[in-house]
Parts: sequence; structure tokens; C-alpha cells
Amino acid sequence: MDLTTVWAFIIAFAVFAYVVMDGFDLGIGILFPTFEVGPERDRAMNSIAPVWDGNETWLVLGGGGLFAAFPLAYAVILPATYPLIIAMLLGLVFRGVAFEYRWRDPSHRKLWDVAFTGGSLVAAMAQGMTLGALLQGIEVVDRAYAGSWWDWLTPYTLLTGLGTVAGYALLGATWLVWKLDGESQNHARKLGKRAAWATFVLMGAVSLYNVFLNAEYAERWLTAPEIYYAAPVPILTGLIALALLRALSVERHSKPFWLSLALFFFGMAGLGVTIWPYVIPPDVTIWDAAAPERSQIFMLVGVAITMPLILAYTAWAYYVFRGKVGHEGYH
Amino acid sequence: MFDGFDALLLARIQFAFTVSFHFIFPAFSIGLASFLAVLEGLWLKTGKPLYLDLFKYWLKIFAIAFAMGVVSGIVMSYQFGTNWSVFSDVAGPVIGPLMAYEVLTAFFLEAGFLGVMLFGMERVGKKLHFAATLMVAVGTCISAFWILSVNSWMHTPVGYEMGANGQFLPGPSWWTIVFNPSFPYRLVHTVLAAFITTAFVVGGVGAFHLIKDRTNTHARKMFSMAMWMAALVVPVQIFAGDMHGLNTLEHQPQKVMAMEGHYESHPDGAPLYLFGIPNDKEQRLDYAVGIPKLSSLILKHDLDAPLAGLDTIPDDEQPPVAIVFWSFRIMIAVGFAMLGVGMWSLLARWRGKLYEWSWLHRAALVMAPSGFVAVLAGWITTEVGRQPYVIYNLLRTEDAASPLAAPAVGASLVAFVVVYFFVFGAGVWYILHLMRKAPHAGEYGVKRGDKGPIRTAGITPGLTQDPSDETTKDLSGSKQEPEERP
Ligand code: HDD
Ligand code: HEM
Ligand code: HEM
Repeated sequence: MDLTTVWAFIIAFAVFAYVVMDGFDLGIGILFPTFEVGPERDRAMNSIAPVWDGNETWLVLGGGGLFAAFPLAYAVILPATYPLIIAMLLGLVFRGVAFEYRWRDPSHRKLWDVAFTGGSLVAAMAQGMTLGALLQGIEVVDRAYAGSWWDWLTPYTLLTGLGTVAGYALLGATWLVWKLDGESQNHARKLGKRAAWATFVLMGAVSLYNVFLNAEYAERWLTAPEIYYAAPVPILTGLIALALLRALSVERHSKPFWLSLALFFFGMAGLGVTIWPYVIPPDVTIWDAAAPERSQIFMLVGVAITMPLILAYTAWAYYVFRGKVGHEGYH
Repeated sequence: MFDGFDALLLARIQFAFTVSFHFIFPAFSIGLASFLAVLEGLWLKTGKPLYLDLFKYWLKIFAIAFAMGVVSGIVMSYQFGTNWSVFSDVAGPVIGPLMAYEVLTAFFLEAGFLGVMLFGMERVGKKLHFAATLMVAVGTCISAFWILSVNSWMHTPVGYEMGANGQFLPGPSWWTIVFNPSFPYRLVHTVLAAFITTAFVVGGVGAFHLIKDRTNTHARKMFSMAMWMAALVVPVQIFAGDMHGLNTLEHQPQKVMAMEGHYESHPDGAPLYLFGIPNDKEQRLDYAVGIPKLSSLILKHDLDAPLAGLDTIPDDEQPPVAIVFWSFRIMIAVGFAMLGVGMWSLLARWRGKLYEWSWLHRAALVMAPSGFVAVLAGWITTEVGRQPYVIYNLLRTEDAASPLAAPAVGASLVAFVVVYFFVFGAGVWYILHLMRKAPHAGEYGVKRGDKGPIRTAGITPGLTQDPSDETTKDLSGSKQEPEERP
């Protein structure tokens, strides 16, 4: 495996880590209005207050890593999806400050709750649409974006956007099933089931659309040798979906959450199969966009040293705040 | 709506606006994180509840400032790609890895331990909690290290090779790139700036409460600590600034010419202009008031040393002089005003009147936001003085921008301005609100409603407390969080 491929996997890992970790934060934001004002909302938010900042840092690593390892991709994708990126950033601004502000200002708590939900929803939608815009292809001439300003807005990107919103809601709901108990937990399970169905439907629709979107994608999924590598992905995804639905009806602990993670993992794997070896379909491969070897090696040293430490102390931070949130007498 | 504007100008305004807003928060949180670590360390060492109270008082403020720093920082890290895509493409191989190191070594560290620092006291115990606070403080400094290395490389680019595709590629040594010639100076100057900024905020809040109640022991402690910083660190900062200026003279002489208002060359001794109206069109300083030969003395340590002026630089390579000239003077003026307060406090302390002299307290109160003014003025000097280049002498700002249309950049600029003023305005308001409350014994920390994340299932059931609840204000210390009293 060459260095460029290694870097493609590292970026993919950062994006995956971001999607699932901030995914459940954003998902809770999206579901927030369905929670009762008062202790139920407070507990939902408190379940992520100590970790959301760390979760969001994976987004900085994804973006910063792309900038460092594939500068051309960074320099093309961001202008091509300019309005989406700006919307996402502004959404994250509102979402991020709401964690602090809602406690500081009870008289405007409603306002910051709306900011929390609105910010989460906009960020999730924008992220999903950015993904769609990338998958549907970006026009590049002379190392620069050459399309027009609304290329990113198509039925396909709307579908990927909605799919992401549903998927995040699923992650958020299953996280709450794990972290809450009593009535609130039942509520989260109900939400989880709805979000799960929405996710399956939208995921399926996006997958079908992919096949029609681009002849090359279709070839990858439907013709002879490739299909043997690709086929396990949808099959496993289906099995996980079934397990998830069952778990949501009976489990009261972390299982639905882990199954949702697995679902996302296979979703990502599917994306990998679809897009490989391009970083910007249809023209720019990872090798076209890669930074020179010296940059790759320098950063790889850093990743090799710091990533185990990061994972260790992140795990510790989660461990510190383990258990159900704010309910005396549990256990 | 924005068709009359040029996309480049709008992109520059947008960058300057968002980065200036962003930097206000790091300037405060770098210093405050270290201050909190010192407070907690003192508490562990002496066991005095006073320090814990102060720690908790400032922790609430830190939480808000930090959140604003994070969300405005994320905007920055994407702005290179959205608005400066040509720059990102060509400079990515050199500066991208440095920013990636910042994420790996600093952002994760800060964010990973922040949760424990804010909510974890009862869950992990004092020692581990102190370790978490230290990690956050160290993280903010590491963050400054990398981002300033990046920024300095753009001012004094070295150690690169030109690629066939027009990219800057790293040369054989990363060491050369990271420790580029202006970096050590900029790092020292900026980190000291952050400490000083925080010291004046802390001092101002202490002074405010001393004015209301001279006997408040918590306010006294704060004020005294801050005034030590002012007295001891500001002189160091002035020295560091001077060294920084000499370094700039060596590597970016145009910038110093603009800072000094030297349009014309001075073959035998250049004056130090205190005042004047820069006139780029006529290339002269109108209404100049200056002290003969002093500039040569400061910059060359020789009264008669010749200094070249902007007349030796082609017009299209000159920075806009007026902005640089004035912002530099603002920073210097603030620096000397800070020095004045620091010396005044020494005198008061020596006379045993540190908590008595109310004019000193008033002065400290007025100076509370002065650090932010100096920091922004300093950055404007640095950045505008580098124009018309983003990568000094190598890449012009006009050639670095994204292929965006003016309406797109204009609309996002308006969105940023509206959102930032609203959101960060609210945050600053909440911070001021917290500062207005007097620090007192039995301060509560960052708690959330009645079911805080710190008190999850079965672990040390603490007292139910809503921080925003006014009725908690006058509760005596012994009633709150007794489990943390030593
Ligand atoms: C001298 C210090 C300094 C300077 C010049 C900058 N920053 Fe900064 N930045 C910090 C010091 C800092 C900090 C103190 O480390 C912050 C404040 C809050 C935080 O999380 O870290 C931070 C936060 C912060 C974050 C959020 C980190 C997180 O999620 O925890 C990002 C992405 C950036 N910054 C990126 C930038 C970029 C792209 C800059 C240049 C244009 C920049 N910063 C200038
Ligand atoms: C955080 C404190 C900073 C402040 C307050 C600041 C301020 C400014 C200002 C006012 C400009 C506009 C100059 C002009 O248009 O004439 C500018 C330009 C620029 N700065 Fe900084 N800067 C800061 C840090 C940085 C850092 C750390 C970087 C790089 C990592 C950076 C990169 C740039 C770039 C690329 C430009 C060119 C765009 C432009 O000219 O508008 N700046 N900055
Ligand atoms: C009065 C004494 C001071 C002197 C002589 C001085 C000198 C300088 C100089 C020459 C620069 C421009 C650097 C460049 O050309 O790139 C600068 C930048 C800067 N100054 Fe100062 N300064 C002083 C006080 C202060 C104070 C009190 C603060 C803040 C509390 C401050 C904060 C900054 C910052 C943040 C920058 C931009 C970052 C940098 O390039 O270091 N300065 N200063």
C-alpha cells in the first residue's frame, strides 16, 4: 500500500469518527424539540455536554487532514460547495454556543434551544448535501473548480442531505436509549424506531440512485468480479438493520447504539467502494490530489505517535462520564 | 447587491473579520487556562478554599469564552479552502501538515480534557482534575505554537522548493520550516500578549469589586495577582516587541517603513514620528511631528545610521501605510499605558496601599479590555504590513483567492457579520453578567440545571444547584458542595 492510500484511509477514518461522534450530538439536537421542556431536555443535553467539543474536533481533523494530505481536493471541494460549507459552519456556531448559553440565561432558554436544534439540523443537512455534491461529481479545470454556483443543488443531494439527518437522528436516539432511563428512555426508543425506518428508506434510495447516477458506479456494484467484493456490504447492512429494529424493541442499554454505529460503518464502506480511487469524481484521483511524500511522511509520524494517545484519553473522558445521566438511585 | 464590489476585497474583509473575532477568544482563553491551572495548583498546595472559589468563579467564564473560541476557530479552518483556494492548493503541502499537527497535538488535547475540567471534579478526584486543567492549559499553548508557526512562515517563508505544478513543496528539513526566522519572536510576543490580556481582564474585574467593597478578600487576591503580572510581564513584552521589530526590519523592511511612516529615506539618522497623516498618493507624511534621529537609535542602535524609506520600494509593493502606521501606534500606546498601571501598582504595593488607592482601581477597571485592543492592533500591523503579499514576496493576495463570485462572498460576509454580532454579543453579555457578581466564598462551578452531568448515577450525590438561579447567590459557602471543602 502506498502512502497516498494510507492517507486516504486516515482521512476516511477521521470522517467516520466525526460522523458517528458528532452524529449523535447533532442527532440529539435534531430530536430536541420532541423532548419535554425541563428535566428531560436538560438530561438529553447533559449526556453530551462533556464530550461534544472532542467530537467536533474530528471535523477539524477531517478538514485539516484533507488540506494537508490532499490540498487540491480541499481547494476544489470547498469553493464548489461554498454555500453548504458556510451554512454548516454557521449551524455549528449556533449549536456549539447553545451548550453554554442555555444555562446562563434561563429567560432566553427557549431561544437557545431553538438555536441548538436549528444549528444541528442545518449542519447535518449541509454535511449530507456536501457528500452528495461530491458523489455526483465536481467539474475541475486547471486545478480549480469550474462549475457554476448551484451545481450542488439537485434532487440527489437533497436525498443525501435528508438521509444524513435521519441517520444522525438514529444515532442520537440510540445514544439516549443508552444514557437515559424510565419514561425518557421509552421516548428515545420510539424515536429511534422511526429514525431507523427513515434511515433505511433513504439509505436504500441513495444507493439505488448511485447506480443510476454514474455508469462507473453501476459497473462497480453490478458487474462480475467487483460484485463479489461489493455484495457483502448491502447484505451485512440488511442484517444489521434487522438486528437494530429488534434491539430497539427489547434492549435498554447500549446495543442499539453499537448497531447504529455498525450501520454507519457499512454505509461508509459502501461509499468507499463507490468512490474509490477518486477523491473528486469524476476526474481527480487521490494520487492527483496528494501532497508530496515529504509532507505525507512528516504527518504520518505525527499521526502514529498522537493517534493512540488521542484515542486513549478520549476513551478515558467517555469512561469518566459513563452511566445513566442524572438519576439518583439508579443501579 | 454586491455586484459593485470586487470578490477579492469582500474575501479579505471576511477573513479579517472572522479571524479578528476568533483571535479575541484565544487571546483570552490561552491566558485564562494558565491562570486557572495556577489557581487550582495553589489550592492543592495550600488547601486554602479562597483559591478554589476563584478557580470556580473564572471557570464559568472560561467555559463561555472557550466555546466561542472553538466555534469561531472551526470557521477559520475551513475559510482557507472556501475563500483562499489558490493559496490552499499551492501552500497546502507546506503549511497543511503544520495545521494538522495543531489538530493532533493541541485541539484534541484541549477538547478531550475540557469536559473533565468543567464537570469532572467530583468524578475523578482533585489530582486527576488538576492534570486535566493542566492539559487544557498546555493545549492552548501548543495550539498557539503551531498556528503561529504557520502564520510566521507566510511572513518569512524558508525551507521550501517550487514544484513543477506551481505548489510550494517542503524542502529536506521541516525544522527549518517550523522554526522560520520570525517565528520565535512572534510566538513569544503573542503568548505574552495573551497572558497580559487575561491579566488585565482579571485585574479589571478585581478592581471593579474592590471599588464596591474594599474588604472582599477574593477581589483582593485577584487584583493582586493580576497586578503582579502587569508589573512584571509588561516590561518583558515591551522588550520582546522591540526584538520582534528588529527581526521584522531584517526580513520585511517595507513593513517597518510603513510602521514608522518613513516615506523618504534618511541617509543620516531617521526621526521617530509620533504623529502624522500618511498620504500614500503624495508619498509623504503630512503634519509630521517627530523626534530627530530616534528611530535610527531604536532600530539600529546608532543615532546616525541610515534608514531606507518607501521611496526605495515600487508603489505596487507597498502596504497601505495609514492602517499600519496607526494600528502600530495604538498598540504601543496601550503597551505603555499598561506599563504605567503596572508601575503604579508596584508603588501602591510598596506603600501598602494596593487595596486602598481607588484611583488605581479605577484605572485598572478602565484598562480591563485594553489587551484586546493591543492584540488586534498588533495583528493588524503585522498582517496589513505584509500586503500586497500573503506569502511574503512570493504570492500576492490577489492571486490567492478562490474563483468565487462577489454575490456569494458578499452574502456569506453579511451572514457572518450578523451571526457573529448576535451570537458573540450574547456570549460577551453573559460573561459580563458573570463578572458583575462578586466572587464569594463557596463559589459554585459549572453546573447544569438540577441534573448535571457531574452527578450521574449513584456517584457522590451533590447538592442540587442551578447556577442561573439568583437565590443561590447569597447562600453561605458551607451549604454548597461541602464535599469539596478541604
Ligand atoms: C495565538 C493563538 C492562536 C491563533 C493565532 C489562532 N488560534 Fe485558533 N485557537 C487557539 C489559538 C489560536 C486556541 C487558544 O488554542 C483555541 C481557542 C479555543 C480552543 O479550542 O482553542 C483555538 C481554537 C481554534 C479551533 C477550534 C479547536 C477545537 O475545536 O477545539 C480551530 C479550528 C482554530 N482555532 C483554527 C485557527 C486558524 C485556522 C487560525 C488562523 C487563521 C487560528 N486558529 C488562529
Ligand atoms: C489571529 C489573529 C489574526 C488577525 C487578527 C489577523 C488579521 C488579519 C487582517 C486584518 C488581514 C487583512 C489584511 C488586509 O487585507 O490588508 C489578514 C490577512 C491575512 N491573514 Fe491574518 N490575522 C491573524 C492571524 C492569521 C493567521 C494565524 C494566519 C494563517 C494561518 C493568517 C493568514 C492571513 C491570510 C492568508 C491573509 C490574507 C488575506 C487578506 O489579505 O485579507 N492570519 N489577517
Ligand atoms: C509597547 C511595546 C510594544 C512593542 C514595541 C511592540 C512591537 C510589536 C511589533 C514591532 C509588532 C509587529 C510584528 C511584525 O512586524 O510582524 C507587533 C505585533 C504584535 N503585538 Fe506588539 N508591541 C508592543 C506591545 C504589545 C502589547 C502590550 C500587546 C498585547 C497585549 C501586543 C500584541 C501584539 C500582537 C498580538 C502582535 C501580532 C502578532 C505578532 O506579530 O507578534 N504588543 N508588536
